[in-house]
Amino acid sequence: MTSPGDSGGRETWPLWEVFIRSSRGLSHVHAGSLHAPDETMAVRNARDLYTRRAEGVSIWVVRASDITSSDPDAKGEFFESPQGKEYRHATYYKESEAVPHL
Amino acid sequence: MNHSNHVVSTAITAESIADSSVVASEAVAQYALGLGDDALVLAHQLGEWIANAPELEEDVALGNIGLDLLGHARSLLTYAGTAWDKSEDDLAYFRGEAEYRSRQLFEQPNGDFATTIARQLIASVYFVALYRALSLSADTTLAAIAAKAVKEVDYHVDHSAQWLERLGLGTDYSHERMQQGLDAMWPFVDELFRADPFAADLEGVAVDPEPLRAAFDAKVPRLIVDAGLTVPTVSPAQGGGRLGRHSESLGPMLAEMQVLARAHPGANW
Repeated sequence: MTSPGDSGGRETWPLWEVFIRSSRGLSHVHAGSLHAPDETMAVRNARDLYTRRAEGVSIWVVRASDITSSDPDAKGEFFESPQGKEYRHATYYKESEAVPHL
Repeated sequence: MNHSNHVVSTAITAESIADSSVVASEAVAQYALGLGDDALVLAHQLGEWIANAPELEEDVALGNIGLDLLGHARSLLTYAGTAWDKSEDDLAYFRGEAEYRSRQLFEQPNGDFATTIARQLIASVYFVALYRALSLSADTTLAAIAAKAVKEVDYHVDHSAQWLERLGLGTDYSHERMQQGLDAMWPFVDELFRADPFAADLEGVAVDPEPLRAAFDAKVPRLIVDAGLTVPTVSPAQGGGRLGRHSESLGPMLAEMQVLARAHPGANW
């Protein structure tokens, strides 16, 4: 499994994944990726690339090579096993008349 | 177009100045013209980095800084133009080299990346001190332009300082190039803090640059030393940019900047 951002050494600066939180109370959401020599400059570059139109109040960056991802070819066994297991969803269950305020 | 613009901007812009009925006095216009030229010349120089910076991300970073400065220039030139019924474009594109009031630091060639960073650090620290003081101006338009600008130039200082540190403490080679960049730009520091001939009669409105030097001296030499570099000890350049005296690089830069507007007057795109 190759890591995201592995370019075979052609790039001089590492790749960073950027996560932006658009407002208080929301989660950071992946916005894109960029190159930077270190984490401090990665935050600066992310500010210039992804928050120019007031998109965010917080930025996270993480070195792409530090991300461990699932195997894109392992779709079946990894992601399809919940099929037929509707009881894992709250909607599977009927509201009990004896329990108020649900 | 459907912009998901959730921020309603109330900040001053060149357009809002042009659309308002505000008219600068002759003295204020002369003063604003010099400040506008400083920002415009540096903005154009930074624009020349687009597609030439060491990495795409730096194209964007320098381009962003250039666009911020262009915004300041547009507001200042638009405001100056209200005194003479001229537009920002009239002033930007149809004045010659000797009519430009920009101080000489801003027209210094980009050189290598380190030279550009040295120029930007000096310029940005100066701009922070200038716009902080100008935001208290009795002229409400100048004060509003400065109040908007000061947040932007604060970030420009940060960008330059980050690179100064990395190049200064990087490799022997990057250190050498960064030192050369500082040495090349340092002669032009002095002029920034000399009295502005167009500020003389505008007490309470214009900013006297001389007292701003203390803030510069408290900040820049420390940044240079912290980056393992040496504060240059070179003689100051002669200066005179406010009076239309320029070094050899401004003429070719203006020719490049003005050629399209002069070849196709009134062109729009």
